[in-house]
Amino acid sequence: MHNFDFVKPASLDEAVKALSAEGAQALSGGQTLMPTMKQRLAAPDVLVSLTGIAALKGVSGRAGASVTVGAATPHAVVAAEARAFYPALAALAGGIGDPAVRNRGTIGGSLANNDPAACYPAAVLASGATITTSRRDIAADDYFQGLFSTALEEGEIITGVTFPIPQKAAYVKFNQPASRFALTGVFVAKYADGVRVAVTGASNNGVFRWSDAEAALSADFSAGALAGLTVDDSEMIADLHGSAAYRANLVKVLTGRAVAAA
Amino acid sequence: MTKVSMTVNGKAVSAEAEGRTLLSAYLREGLGLTGTHVGCDTSQCGACVVHVDGKAVKSCTVFAMDVAGASVTTIEGMANPDGSLGVIQQAFQDHHGLQCGFCTPGMVMSSAALLAANPHPTEAEVRHGLEGNICRCTGYHNIVKAVLAASGQTVAAE
Ligand SMILES: Cc1cc2nc3c(=O)[nH]c(=O)nc-3n(C[C@H](O)[C@H](O)[C@H](O)COP(=O)(O)OP(=O)(O)OC[C@H]3O[C@@H](n4cnc5c(N)ncnc54)[C@H](O)[C@@H]3O)c2cc1C
Ligand code: FES
Ligand code: FES
Repeated sequence: MHNFDFVKPASLDEAVKALSAEGAQALSGGQTLMPTMKQRLAAPDVLVSLTGIAALKGVSGRAGASVTVGAATPHAVVAAEARAFYPALAALAGGIGDPAVRNRGTIGGSLANNDPAACYPAAVLASGATITTSRRDIAADDYFQGLFSTALEEGEIITGVTFPIPQKAAYVKFNQPASRFALTGVFVAKYADGVRVAVTGASNNGVFRWSDAEAALSADFSAGALAGLTVDDSEMIADLHGSAAYRANLVKVLTGRAVAAA
Repeated sequence: MTKVSMTVNGKAVSAEAEGRTLLSAYLREGLGLTGTHVGCDTSQCGACVVHVDGKAVKSCTVFAMDVAGASVTTIEGMANPDGSLGVIQQAFQDHHGLQCGFCTPGMVMSSAALLAANPHPTEAEVRHGLEGNICRCTGYHNIVKAVLAASGQTVAAE
């Protein structure tokens, strides 16, 4: 790994300033960035650790209304502390990777990275969550822009994510057994004004909403409502773990399971 | 190079580190604590697991500078004060939970974190809790037995 200057600011203002330097990059849990740096796919000149900023950590909410997760909150803390507010979100966080990954990896890092097989993007998109940054609020529908690409601008820091709490929700993930990422994962959330379905791990374009299922489930929230639907496999990921048709089938099967589990 | 200080196994320590110095390298090369093993160096295998402020982490995927000031526990901190094996270590020995021993430091540290959070786990919870630790020798069954035994539960003898 190439060397770099390491800074660990205690406030968001200092972090924003540090990130304005040439070649500076944010470091949160490091569970994605560090392996990337070891492969020299990333070589920042300055790493700005966000783990010392208390304002970016923690889970707070109002029962039945919304829950806000600080960007630098590790998955394990979300699994424990979001449970009272949003059990499906807590369960998703508790199923990411393994315990050691969950003790370091954070929601902010996961969303900034937007890996096509990551879990959090499905929860954020299915919940119509709001991503708050050092500059603005971004709606989930505007945030995800394809593989590893997001609405974030240079030097912009995610500070937190606010999830409206649904009436019912569940995330069902089909594990890729070696990486423990989602081979395909589906998050279903039922709100008073309709159902949202977000799919991760399956598409070449990253996380997406399955609108046909949303319409069917908004009319009838049962796994049976999906029976007549088909999933177009032309944009699905095909690799040694599963063909495009296999993933398209998983989307439908897992959506049904998520509805049943919600 | 900068001096980075933290508490390791209850003792205040410091050693030189660069920005890129991994916690695993800081422990092994900086402090000579070579009990922490580096298997994959890519955050897959869990051989390098240590505790940082009580939480199990993969020390190959944490920068030493990011945990300056923290309290770290390594496998060297798991023995009893008189030098005899701690409860989990002894259970690994009693139940043949190791063969080559390469994965064992990480297995013991992950098991200790698991038992601290859940003192009476089921077999399924043990398997789930050790998901991030890979063993190429034992086939896991005896590791799971060792952890259940360390929690005070009765397991079938060999
Ligand atoms: C073995 C293993 C298994 C895993 N399994 C899963 C899984 O099942 N599901 C899953 O979803 N993920 C999984 N992950 C990924 C894990 O969840 C990562 O923690 C996560 O993707 C990145 O979070 P981080 O905090 O570690 O970010 P980092 O690695 O620190 O950063 C990632 C990127 O985000 C940027 N960044 C970080 N924080 C911010 C911020 N607040 N604002 C703006 N940019 C920021 C960084 O500059 C970097 O580009 C796994 C990882 C490993 C090592
Ligand atoms: S050496 Fe750290 S996970 Fe393998
Ligand atoms: S005992 Fe050899 S790798 Fe586990």
